[in-house]
Amino acid sequence: MATTVDVNGRPLNVNSPPDTPLLWVLRDELGLTGTKYGCGIAQCGACTVLADGQPIRACQTPISAIGAAKITTIEGLGGNHPVQQAWVKLDVPQCGYCQSGQIMSATALLASNPSPDDAAITGAMDGHICRCGAYQRIRAAIKEAAAMPATAAEPAAAPAATPAA
Amino acid sequence: MNKPLKEIVATASRRDVLVVGATLAGSSLLVGCSLPDMLSAGSKIEVGAFGPFLKFAPDGTVTVISKHIEFGQGNHAGLAAIAAEELDADWSRVKVEQAAANAKLYGNVNMGGTQGTGGSSAIANSWTQLRTAGAAARAMFVSAAAAKWGVPAAEITVSNGVIAHASGKQAGFGELVADAAKVTPPEKPTLKDPKAFTLIGTDRVRRKDAQAKSDGTARYTQDVRLEDMLVAMVAHAPKFGAKVKSFDATEAKKVPGVVNVYEIPTGVAVVANSTWSAKLGRDALKVEWDESKAETRGSAELLQEFKDLASGKTAAPDDEKKGWKGFDSKGDAARAAAGTAAVEVAYDFPYLAHATMEPMNCVAMVGKGPTKLIFGSQTPTLDQLNTARVVFALPGSVEIETLFAGGSFGRRATFQSDYVVECVHIAKKVGKGRPVKLVWTREDDMRAGYYRPLVHHAVRVTTDAEGFPATWRHRIVTQSIMKGAPPGSPGGGGVDFTAVEGAMGSPYLKATPIVDAQLITPDAGVPVLWWRSVGATHTAYVMEHTIDQLAKKAGKDPVAYRQALYQKAGASRHLAVLNLAAEKAGWTTPAADGWTRGVAVHESFGSVVAQIAEVKLEDGTPKVGRVVTAIDCGTAISPDQIAAQMEGGTCYGLSAALFGNITLTGGVVDQGNFDTYRVLRNSEAPTVETYIVPSTAPPSGVGEPGTPVIGPAVANALLAITGQPTLSQPFVKT
Repeated sequence: MATTVDVNGRPLNVNSPPDTPLLWVLRDELGLTGTKYGCGIAQCGACTVLADGQPIRACQTPISAIGAAKITTIEGLGGNHPVQQAWVKLDVPQCGYCQSGQIMSATALLASNPSPDDAAITGAMDGHICRCGAYQRIRAAIKEAAAMPATAAEPAAAPAATPAA
Repeated sequence: MNKPLKEIVATASRRDVLVVGATLAGSSLLVGCSLPDMLSAGSKIEVGAFGPFLKFAPDGTVTVISKHIEFGQGNHAGLAAIAAEELDADWSRVKVEQAAANAKLYGNVNMGGTQGTGGSSAIANSWTQLRTAGAAARAMFVSAAAAKWGVPAAEITVSNGVIAHASGKQAGFGELVADAAKVTPPEKPTLKDPKAFTLIGTDRVRRKDAQAKSDGTARYTQDVRLEDMLVAMVAHAPKFGAKVKSFDATEAKKVPGVVNVYEIPTGVAVVANSTWSAKLGRDALKVEWDESKAETRGSAELLQEFKDLASGKTAAPDDEKKGWKGFDSKGDAARAAAGTAAVEVAYDFPYLAHATMEPMNCVAMVGKGPTKLIFGSQTPTLDQLNTARVVFALPGSVEIETLFAGGSFGRRATFQSDYVVECVHIAKKVGKGRPVKLVWTREDDMRAGYYRPLVHHAVRVTTDAEGFPATWRHRIVTQSIMKGAPPGSPGGGGVDFTAVEGAMGSPYLKATPIVDAQLITPDAGVPVLWWRSVGATHTAYVMEHTIDQLAKKAGKDPVAYRQALYQKAGASRHLAVLNLAAEKAGWTTPAADGWTRGVAVHESFGSVVAQIAEVKLEDGTPKVGRVVTAIDCGTAISPDQIAAQMEGGTCYGLSAALFGNITLTGGVVDQGNFDTYRVLRNSEAPTVETYIVPSTAPPSGVGEPGTPVIGPAVANALLAITGQPTLSQPFVKT
């Protein structure tokens, strides 16, 4: 049974069963592997994507629950989003595995709160685990991005999803 | 190579254990020089004109080939910078590529020539190798330019990737690469005077992978997608040492997408067309386990056994291998047990999971052409050997494509290549070279063992008239990590140094006239492993927290007390980092309102780190604010990445000290995911400031030395706040 999901500005047909978590549809069926599996129980945030601009945990969201919501993944930010620029400028990533999720939550935070204070950053980011401990640079990069002109949470040029080989 | 295949493999099995056992932990106990030849037999890797570490493209791009995996440490930046410095390359045009598996080409100098990453050795063991490679290639380009331009080589300069002559002639590496490739490399190229470094030690040495790791394109094992690939999940026994008794795959095979179910040595594997199908299939399996040889003790029982050994309530086996073994001991042991103790305390440390963000995983192809693995291989030589035994091939013929790994902290380097071999067994069942990706869930990963061992220390110190240690009695009880090595490896007979390093060699023991220090390593069925900073995870805590208790007893300032001991011990590097941290932290001035400082210093992996942490109690839970860090790691290649490792190492160590706790009940691991295995989160992370002691010594490690110091620094602040020592981890009890 095909379901249509709007991912990074493109309506995509997916054939996974409706109870399949969005995470595995993105990764296995649509080939959007930037979104990571970390815990499967919404504890670590590695799988975070945006649904209509709001961060959700893709590991706990069956595709049947998505409906018309527009999904944005790390690939949808385009690579040059101010948050991504700040991440690169400060060399935030270490192993890098959690960073897609971190960046998606930071992007949503800045879209709703262009100048977040420490409490706001904690509120947005404490659901994310980074075992490398890049936390202080994550905090600094959010402030760095906030200081850049025209931070936008809108997806940039949406890359084509790569179907399974 | 005229020996029969079987004999070669059998020889490898016996000999590699020595190397591997010795080397992963940094010993110099090596075997014959033909070993790398043997381990790479069957390899088909070709080396270019500029050697195994450098490639030059016609467009001028310089590629540095890293023999070490990148899983967060930033070593790819440092390794590339070492070669780029000697080359005088344009740093912006330097790329890094991951080396293939080949012990002969890419052996770790600190690991007896086997290829592997560990012991914070990537930069240290590559230092001379990559400088030489860069200098040799530079000389080849200079020779080529001299011949082409008809000018003396001595008149040619290289700067920022431009080869030039005063006559106005100039060219990039790309334009001269064809000519340079024909030049015979100099045998002993001249290395730069470090004073002439223009890249090393500057803030220009930054990560090369930050963009890929910020836009989702960095490729991890989890992300591998190949034509016709199957995804595998395995049902593992709930207790260590249990085996499959029987299983019923009827329901599993009904799950759409499930392709097959196999029994393998470590459990029952479900292979499917997608990860989710594999998981649903695995969950539908019914397996009965034979627990006749399983470990059934809980962690509380094991700890009690450890305590009883340390206190003497249980007699140790009167056996050279299984009994007490001394280290750093000197003088009359009876005196260390007599007199009035200034401090007599015991410490307990729990099992710890590495809990990498990317759970263990591997991709394998078996049965068509050479066996191939694609994954984050931390120890390619071991992984080749362990795979070769399963598929019966020459170790060197096993191809490994090493990807980024989402953390390791030691977990991806086991003597048995546990999860790799599991994947190879499944791929062998599937056969025909069909790719199989083994995926572990978080729970699989957390319950699979290979933990930082459970440890108990008992310490008794008497002091002289000035309050300094006169006698030091120390007992350590823990499982041996090196015992996990195959037979014949070190650790079977002598002191397992991974259990005592940090206590062994401590300047405090050097400064103490009488020392009676002993280790015992009882067996348990829980697999144990190195965990970022290994022995220092507990020895640094015990030594540093004990010192603060002694200083308190003597009525002395903890920094001044240490300074005196370092002077007695001749520990000049300890003294230098301590002084630098104290100065930067403003130790002699009061901390900000509400905060209390604690200090700790520890040497590991050739580097010495001092930290001064500002701590306060919030609702009884320690909150750590500013952490001033000073490190002596020899020549600093990338100051920014050294700082990053201090920041990250501090978080990793603080996470363990505050929250880390794996427990077992009746042999079953109680934790499975981050809801029960609490780890440090952003708002709990300290702000780490890093200061590097200037040094011209060869570089030493930075990946691990930042981890073990924060725990005791926080405990020492708590001692100042509450007057009480903190004698067990984690600090926060749940």
